[in-house]
Amino acid sequence: MSTAPTPSCPKLRVSDLCLTFERDGKRESILEHIDLSIGAGEFVCIVGPSGCGKSTLLHVLGGFLPPTSGAIEIDNEPVRGPDPRRIFVFQESAVFPWLTVAGNIGFGLSALPRKEREERIQHYIGLVGLEGFERAFPRELSGGMKQRLEVARALAVNPDVLYMDEPFAGLDFITRMTMRKELLRIWHRERKTVVLVTHDIDEAVQLGDRVLVLSSRPAHIHCELEIGMPHPRDVSAPEYIAMRTRILDELGVERGV
Amino acid sequence: MKRAEAIFWPALLCAALLLAWQLATLHTPVVPSPVRVLRGFGELVRKRILLSYIASSLWRVAKGYLAAVCLGIPAGAALGYHPALRQSANFTIQMLRPISPLAWMPMAVVWFGVGDATPVFLIFIGAFFPILLWTAEGVRNVPNVLVLAGRNFCSSNVAVIFRVMIPAAFPKILTGLRAALGIAWIVVVAAEMIAVDSGLGYLIIDSRNAGQRYDLVIAGMLLIGAIGLTLDLGLQSAERTKFLSWGFSHEPAD
Amino acid sequence: MAKLRPFLLPVLLLAMWQFAAGHSSAHVVPTPRSVAAALAGLAASGALAKHVIASVFRITWGFLLASLVAIPCGMLLALNRRSQLAAQPLLQILRPISPLAWTPLAVLWFGIGDLAAIFLIFIACAPTLTLIAYSAVRNVRPGYVNAGRNFGLSGVPLIWRVVLPAAAPQLLSGMRTTLAIAWSVLVAGEMLAVNSGLGFLIMDARNAGNRFDLVFAGMFAIGAVGFALDAILRGLEQTDFVCWALQGGQTSAKESVA
Repeated sequence: MSTAPTPSCPKLRVSDLCLTFERDGKRESILEHIDLSIGAGEFVCIVGPSGCGKSTLLHVLGGFLPPTSGAIEIDNEPVRGPDPRRIFVFQESAVFPWLTVAGNIGFGLSALPRKEREERIQHYIGLVGLEGFERAFPRELSGGMKQRLEVARALAVNPDVLYMDEPFAGLDFITRMTMRKELLRIWHRERKTVVLVTHDIDEAVQLGDRVLVLSSRPAHIHCELEIGMPHPRDVSAPEYIAMRTRILDELGVERGV
Repeated sequence: MKRAEAIFWPALLCAALLLAWQLATLHTPVVPSPVRVLRGFGELVRKRILLSYIASSLWRVAKGYLAAVCLGIPAGAALGYHPALRQSANFTIQMLRPISPLAWMPMAVVWFGVGDATPVFLIFIGAFFPILLWTAEGVRNVPNVLVLAGRNFCSSNVAVIFRVMIPAAFPKILTGLRAALGIAWIVVVAAEMIAVDSGLGYLIIDSRNAGQRYDLVIAGMLLIGAIGLTLDLGLQSAERTKFLSWGFSHEPAD
Repeated sequence: MAKLRPFLLPVLLLAMWQFAAGHSSAHVVPTPRSVAAALAGLAASGALAKHVIASVFRITWGFLLASLVAIPCGMLLALNRRSQLAAQPLLQILRPISPLAWTPLAVLWFGIGDLAAIFLIFIACAPTLTLIAYSAVRNVRPGYVNAGRNFGLSGVPLIWRVVLPAAAPQLLSGMRTTLAIAWSVLVAGEMLAVNSGLGFLIMDARNAGNRFDLVFAGMFAIGAVGFALDAILRGLEQTDFVCWALQGGQTSAKESVA
């Protein structure tokens, strides 16, 4: 089990997080003794077997679900609930269908003066590549465009942390590759702290600085792997394939089909 | 070509029905022919009571309907949001709902007398339940992700309700509003037949009572239909605005 | 505890009612107890049964007749474009004509009695049911029809074995709504045009001596029968034949998280 060097001043710190659900009188342990540290500007991916609770973990981190025990701190401040400083990008599209593209991006910006708001909206429309679609409604957009809209909406409020829950799961293969490149491009520009949950090992190895592998339920951190490769990462390079294989092994997945 | 077709066929059917009507009435003097109905209509316009009757009916609908909206939407939203509330209120609502508004008539007359308040009260009762139930349904069916996203961006629960839940539920709320308007229009006519002395419902009953003027009765009926249709079309056009059309699937073109 | 919740509100309302009635001038608002007594009296004398049967008889016939006419018509509209173009505007105009506006004509043609009431119900339901049937058939997924054709069905067997079952959920749902409106129309119609039935009971109780306890008893009966009628259709909706189309297990906004 390789341990990554923990950053000295972590952006996000999780201590001994546990989550149990009570269902029909029986207590079910979902997350057990999760400890992790994420530094500012890091891109961390979380993978794990299906149903292990990685989405649930992300929801707890985002403040949507209170943990049964343990602490979550961002910038040394405990997390008590959802907050615009840490925006969640959901698996199913959560763009508001009654607002235009511009309306969606500007949703979190209502406190700003009008001129500044317009400027920011234009900036992020350009950043995600949706120029020309300012007045379009979500139902006129493709799946990939809707995800870009959601990312733009998330970034527009300048959050400290971006949580992404299998954001590209519903897209086709080619669109997924494009979206990953886009996400990295934007991340290099904006340097947000990103925690991304995915079931796709390739996605984790392509995107993350570090990959956390969760065990099956009740989930704890099985191992942490540091991906030491610079971007752009060549998917045919031996280091890439080695890292990928390593993760498959850690997950206990057979290599042959 | 398509538009010409869309006008031709209904016009043909209409003409055929009118002809059949005209022929049928040649034998019975009691049922008036289309021509006589038309003349009766002209008579009403000349006598100038028509406009005031229409205004009375519309005004009563407006009052009762607005009261139903102001009470029904918040109550429905609360019911949709809290499953506990829904459980508590459901049985009562299901028992009260089938009591048609007009069954309240005798009590309404006793409480409010013979005047405007009675029809307004009945309209309120008729319009309240559809609005309540459709709003509850709309709020309940807001996809969970939208609520979570709302909580993520908004600083207070009130903001989540007004900026996310109500817009997300609005298509269903609008459906309830349309149903309620239809019912309100039915109720006002019925209430006016029994309990007041102005309005379109009264016109019909009065024309029959004061001299068997069935031509006026039918003229009144057609007028009621036309106004009801206009009201409904008005709300229907709201469905097509871009703000709301995402929530309605429109009939696929052939 | 949660099981008792549905009963909290009615009990509370009953208590408030009892209080209000006890403290206001004698006959204007009857107490719940007197209403219950009135109901019992009606049931004992057989009057309740007589009126309930009269009303149920009328609505059953009216609704069934309307369905038997409207559903095939609606299907015809859905399958034949010309008839749809011709009839739809007409139906849209007929529908908002308050059914009760037909009362004078109904009485004129059928006299005071069951037929007039059945006619009113028919008029109240037929245009709406036609449009509902039309919409339900239009919304049948083409995939189902194609599958039926693939297996060699066409014409009447195709409609009977594929189109109707596929349209059934939406149809039933629309019929429930229409039945509720029909029930409402019947009660009003009975106030105007007949000499028996629950609507008549209410009017009569008020006219023949301000027996408001009977009025309330009648209202309660109206609510109960209306609820029962709706429950019948709702039961049909739950049968395996139909319930596949209803969305199951919607969790409320406050409950689960992903």
